[in-house]
Amino acid sequence: MIRALHRWPGLLALAFLTVLALSGAALSVFPAAERMSAPQAMAGQSVADLAARVAARHPGLEEIRRAPSGKITAWWFAGGTPGSAVVDPATGADLGSADPNPVQRWLTNLHRSLFLGDAGRLTMAAGAAAMLILAMSGAALVARRTGGWRRWFAPLRGPRAGRLHVELARIAVVGLSLSATTALWMTASTFNLLPDNAAPPAAPATVSGQTGFPLDQMAALRDVPVDTLRKLSFPFENDAQDVFTLHTDTGTGLIDQGTGALVGWTDQTAGQRVSEIVYMLHTGEGAAVLGLILGLIALSLPVMGVTGVMIWAAGRRGRPRIAQNAAAGRAETVILVGSESGSTWGFAATLAKALQTAGQAVRVAAMAGFDPARHPRAERYLILAATYGEGDAPASAKGFLNALTALDQAPSAPVAILGFGDRSFPAFCAFAAEVEAAARDKRWGMLLPMDAVDRQSPQDFARWGRALGAAIGLTLELDHHPARPEAESLTLISRRDHGAEVQAPTAILRFALPRAGLWARLTGRGITRFQAGDLLGIVPEGATVPRFYSLASGSRDGFVEVVVKKHPGGLCSGQLMDLAPGDTVQAFLRRNPGFRAGRGDAPLILIGAGTGIGPLAGFIRANDRGRPVHLFFGMRHPDSDFLYREDLGGWQDDGRLASLTTAVSRGARPHYVQDALRMEATQVAEAIRKGAKVMVCGGRDMAQGVAKALDEILAPFGLTPATLKAEGRYVEDVY
Amino acid sequence: MKSLLATLALSTALTLPGLAMARPVTLTTTMNSYGGDGAYLALYVTDTSGAYVGSLWMAGGKSKYYQHLSGWYAATGGDPAQINGITGASVGAGRTLKVSLDLADALFDAGYTLHIDAAVEDMRESPDEIAVPLTADGAGKPVQGRRYISSFTYE
Repeated sequence: MIRALHRWPGLLALAFLTVLALSGAALSVFPAAERMSAPQAMAGQSVADLAARVAARHPGLEEIRRAPSGKITAWWFAGGTPGSAVVDPATGADLGSADPNPVQRWLTNLHRSLFLGDAGRLTMAAGAAAMLILAMSGAALVARRTGGWRRWFAPLRGPRAGRLHVELARIAVVGLSLSATTALWMTASTFNLLPDNAAPPAAPATVSGQTGFPLDQMAALRDVPVDTLRKLSFPFENDAQDVFTLHTDTGTGLIDQGTGALVGWTDQTAGQRVSEIVYMLHTGEGAAVLGLILGLIALSLPVMGVTGVMIWAAGRRGRPRIAQNAAAGRAETVILVGSESGSTWGFAATLAKALQTAGQAVRVAAMAGFDPARHPRAERYLILAATYGEGDAPASAKGFLNALTALDQAPSAPVAILGFGDRSFPAFCAFAAEVEAAARDKRWGMLLPMDAVDRQSPQDFARWGRALGAAIGLTLELDHHPARPEAESLTLISRRDHGAEVQAPTAILRFALPRAGLWARLTGRGITRFQAGDLLGIVPEGATVPRFYSLASGSRDGFVEVVVKKHPGGLCSGQLMDLAPGDTVQAFLRRNPGFRAGRGDAPLILIGAGTGIGPLAGFIRANDRGRPVHLFFGMRHPDSDFLYREDLGGWQDDGRLASLTTAVSRGARPHYVQDALRMEATQVAEAIRKGAKVMVCGGRDMAQGVAKALDEILAPFGLTPATLKAEGRYVEDVY
Repeated sequence: MKSLLATLALSTALTLPGLAMARPVTLTTTMNSYGGDGAYLALYVTDTSGAYVGSLWMAGGKSKYYQHLSGWYAATGGDPAQINGITGASVGAGRTLKVSLDLADALFDAGYTLHIDAAVEDMRESPDEIAVPLTADGAGKPVQGRRYISSFTYE
């Protein structure tokens, strides 16, 4: 609900808010510039003194104004022509034109009404209202994300766009709320909806009828410091009945031109005073530094707009739309999803649809937001959990176990847990099992024992659905077709073959970057923006289930590259190995945010064997900032499957790769990457102690060997791969 | 130059008692390029003694700012009934405001004065920007304003 309240006004108002923010930021400079350039009144100078000095220089003086910046403007009418100028309060001499700055005037009209009069004013006011809603709902989302208002400034994790969005927002929210609130106040004031009108002083009953009392001796002006002056209007020439009108920051007075005495006074109303303060807070006129700060904060708005759209687009990419997702408070069945790459959301959607058909109010949500208090009507919880890496929580389930453990008692509604994974991995459904153990610890009632779906098997899923239906007295037929992004055609442009001599045919396949439309590029859909380490899903001909290959290039390289080894009888690898330049395959992109080099300056230790070098080569190629990168590469024979041999040499020459250590497994003395690591133990341990990040890519046996070797290497320093993993400094891409 | 045209029925504020005859009059107000936002203008008539008789036109829609038309505001107290139905948009620098209305014959050559008060945001208010006697001879002769109006004619 809060998220929707944040998303839709945000997307709708994005264009208006960008105009508002940029024009507001530009306008914020003017009060400060005026404050610095305007000559200030002399200390203790009175309005009487100022008026006398200006009048001496300008016959026919009609009016003197003082801007909050201290700028004094005079207006006169002499010899049949009007005149005006900015004047020096010390001498009364002209300093320049009094006409409003045309740029500032243009920006002001853009900022407050888009040059569209009242309709524009209302539009911009709606923009300000949207900004206020965004600030409030955004603050609630930040608090939810960081774990409470007291953890407002807690460190953030996750994709860069999301982090940047929140990092800016939690500083900017105060300033933006202030600007939006004051904007709404000012609009209401303009449309006369507030009791803040000045009451003009009533005309005095009698005036002396005399004229020409010396200005510098007027009692009513001598006690008024220039700093408090707003405006002094002179009586009409040759009208002895007219009076001086004096506006100060406390009220309005009338002064007899024949005696210099005050003959009427009206105090400023409370409403007027509030509106003046609001005006000052919004424009920075009279508070130039605050104005500059607010202007600077306003500049964060377009950045938040862009990152916000990116977050929204990223959220839509991976997940199918859940039709008629029930509100949290109304849901009878709550489906919690722990998914890394998005496929589990597809299963959740199928499950939700079947339950809805059976008449249930169903809520599908990420495990990460788990809070049973939000589901008062829940009759059951269904947890669909994938596993990330070696038993870690997947992206959408971060924090779930802590939230569950922190509960005083388990929800009264029972739970059913279904794990998703691949039985060929040792950590098959390890996270789901951990969730189940935690649920049992809390004595959370189980609808049915934990079950598992192997390799997205629709049959497994349907079987579990029948068991679930039996447990809750419904007939559930779950007919799931895994949804995946639309595949695009990729054309092979070159291939480099290796490994035939060692009975391991391997190829580096380079495809042309597909042409993408503007919309695809803006929203990041399709194969447009990717980094090395992301996954390329390839749908072999005659199959429905895609195979995934780690990308060995980023979109900035201008091509799509993967490293493929032919598996005996492998459908997909066989088809790929048969490709000739010009041939095409059907492919789609899947992000792999857990396996990224990141942007730090800390050294990178890349460890891979065989085709596992693919993404590592991509990281090295992208390292144009001279980050120290150390590669450990295991191969069978240097004359046959030394992948990227020439490239690695070149990258070493131009500073992208600091060191290369190879291990050769064929021959008299078989040698693996883990052996190479042990030989370099001192340097490896030293680098890791200094903050290096370890990235491992390759087969499962190699990864386990590497973990074991690092365990031994790091033990003397009280470090383990597990502690490094927890810090995000040890990541694996294992197949 | 863009002209603003408005036609008034006889039933405006200047329906004086005993008036039967009226003539169509066009008031043309051309602003000079004073370098500010649109001007608020109040067009009104006073009698021989300077007492307010009635309003002819109000250019500017926000009643909040009428107090800056200080002559008109002092005479009417800002009474919205005085300009009910005879209000239009403010007039930008260099633009022309044309108002056509039926004006009672009795107003001419009888000591009545037509006033225009002007006000511009962030610039000086100009009460009595124009103060011109209503005479048959004066019709069609342009008058210059004090600060913002380059010429005003009635005919």
